[in-house]
Amino acid sequence: MFAFTIRRLLISIPTLLAISFIVFAILDLAPSDPTGNLPLTIPPEVRQQIRDSLGLDEPFPVRYALWLKQFFINEPLNLIEGWTGWQFGDGDRLRVTSWATRSPVVDLIIERLPQTLWVVGMSQVVAVIIAVPIGVISAYKQYSWFDQIGTFVSMVGFSIPTFFTGLVFIVFFSVQLQWFPSIYDTNHEVTDWDSFVFQIKQMIMPTMVLALATAAQLSRYMRASMLDNLQQDYVRTARSKGLTERVVVTIHVLRNSMIPVVTVIALNIPTIFGGAIITEQIFRVNGIGQLLIIGIQGADIPLVQTLTFIFAVLIVLFNLIADVLYGILDPRIRYE
Amino acid sequence: MRDTPQPLLDVTALKTVFHTRSGDVHAVNEVSFDIAPGELVGVVGESGSGKSVTMMSLMGLLPKSAEISGGEVLFQGRNVRGMDRNDLLAFRGRDVGVVFQDPMTSLNPVFNVGYQITDRLRKYMGLSRADARKRAAELLALVGIPDPEQRLRDYPHQFSGGMRQRVMIAIALACDPKLLIADEPTTALDVTIQAQILELVRELRQKLDMGIIWITHDLGVVAGIADRVLVMYGGQIVEQGPVAELFANPQHPYTRALLETLPSVTEERSERLRTIEGQPPSLNAAPSSCSFAPRCRHAFDRCLRENPTRIDVGPRHDAACWWDPATGGPRNV
Repeated sequence: MFAFTIRRLLISIPTLLAISFIVFAILDLAPSDPTGNLPLTIPPEVRQQIRDSLGLDEPFPVRYALWLKQFFINEPLNLIEGWTGWQFGDGDRLRVTSWATRSPVVDLIIERLPQTLWVVGMSQVVAVIIAVPIGVISAYKQYSWFDQIGTFVSMVGFSIPTFFTGLVFIVFFSVQLQWFPSIYDTNHEVTDWDSFVFQIKQMIMPTMVLALATAAQLSRYMRASMLDNLQQDYVRTARSKGLTERVVVTIHVLRNSMIPVVTVIALNIPTIFGGAIITEQIFRVNGIGQLLIIGIQGADIPLVQTLTFIFAVLIVLFNLIADVLYGILDPRIRYE
Repeated sequence: MRDTPQPLLDVTALKTVFHTRSGDVHAVNEVSFDIAPGELVGVVGESGSGKSVTMMSLMGLLPKSAEISGGEVLFQGRNVRGMDRNDLLAFRGRDVGVVFQDPMTSLNPVFNVGYQITDRLRKYMGLSRADARKRAAELLALVGIPDPEQRLRDYPHQFSGGMRQRVMIAIALACDPKLLIADEPTTALDVTIQAQILELVRELRQKLDMGIIWITHDLGVVAGIADRVLVMYGGQIVEQGPVAELFANPQHPYTRALLETLPSVTEERSERLRTIEGQPPSLNAAPSSCSFAPRCRHAFDRCLRENPTRIDVGPRHDAACWWDPATGGPRNV
């Protein structure tokens, strides 16, 4: 298993290099001009000088190689220096810089990341907590009223996009009932009990919107997987041993049923970042999803490149995590 | 059986009905039999004759769509159908062991073999983790698995088919059951492994002195190991008797036909294998006539009017048939 993980990590290096090239090339082909938003009174030669100062006068391969160096060498070194206080060389390195704000892209992302992780991370946790019991009970009591309602609700959750449920939540819980704020205050700091309660309150709506969408999907997988396993002969064996239904279902059947579901959960996490782009817009959460939207609107190519590439890294990473979890949960799968 | 004061298991007029979308299916109809302590009873019959459903009924292990609609099951004098949840669980866990047909799917693939034996031991023999593992290793050794201590850590997929069936037997025997139900335990195995498992059960039976119900559709297997045979057809017991007596002197036309279908190694090969003409009965209603009558070459008007009761035809031997093979005519009952 350890050797497998190491090998997969090594294989992901060329994969990510290929992805980085494609991301860089596609965005380079995009017909956007970093000076496009500047006033029309700026003469063309000055515009050209601005472009040159951004490094756009260099040929494509040189720019790609420089971006690679900045992203894979300069930025990690910078992060390590920041965390440990060590010093590599003179510390004066060229960094991936946003065209719009002139600040290093990685700093922008680090600033935004906690909000996204809190909202997205919590939504995943909540989704699993909701979906697993619902799936288990729905399957165990197939075609009962609980199962019928669960099926209906998850179909609704599946078919309604998050930007719609988000707005419905705002109209209902913020405008009508006035329970939760409709805008997420990123500057809010938790210092005491009251501010903690406020933090929870402002997290509830974005978290629940994402969690419900995910839970709708997960509970279906869970139900299908449980149904599949409840039919198996080993369940009859477990019952014939005199084990209680609780033990049969929550130990023998659940462990088998979780195998495909864990894979779905792991593969879902990167796509949740994508879903969060829209949810963050609606609730004004200053997360990386919103950062990406701003970057796209402002033709901030370095920012968009870096974020897109980080999403790619997440997808590759969670694919690997899914494979490793699969191997841990299912003894029949051994990666030699 | 009838001369022992208390049978191990006494089943009277057991009826099981499956409620399906296309109506009720009467899978078990008024089945009565008993098992003496230490006795090995073979249950034979074609697929769908109700062999397995009968055994699952008395264990209370039926699927949700099935219902026991009548009858009594006494285990050592205790009424199994009247037991509350905990007693029924303890009955399954401690008193009975079951070996199922397909060892490939009957073990849980994600738990190691040790866990699958010890969970029962810890619950029903009150053993500590260490003691349970010790006993589990002894059980594996008992069923002839080499290197038992090591193999407890292995998962089912690391065992061959025959070894998995040995593991299943070890699980069944874990709590020293008084009754072992083996539901076609050798059907999924190839012939040499089948012989090994039969040999193993014969040995264990002598060592452990437990009653065994051996379900099979292989008359050869029954002839080799059983004391007594029950022949089932259409959810009923149609003939019952000691193995030697039943093979020498079969009374029911179905039993006779079954014995005729056995291929012989001494006869000419050119002859085609014999079959029983016709289809197994549909079980949409409780039988009001003999369910074998449509396929029976000896059937006469009474067979279509009246479902035969089990008639004593010899020493501890009975058959549910109106026809008498001795005279070739109707029986005088």
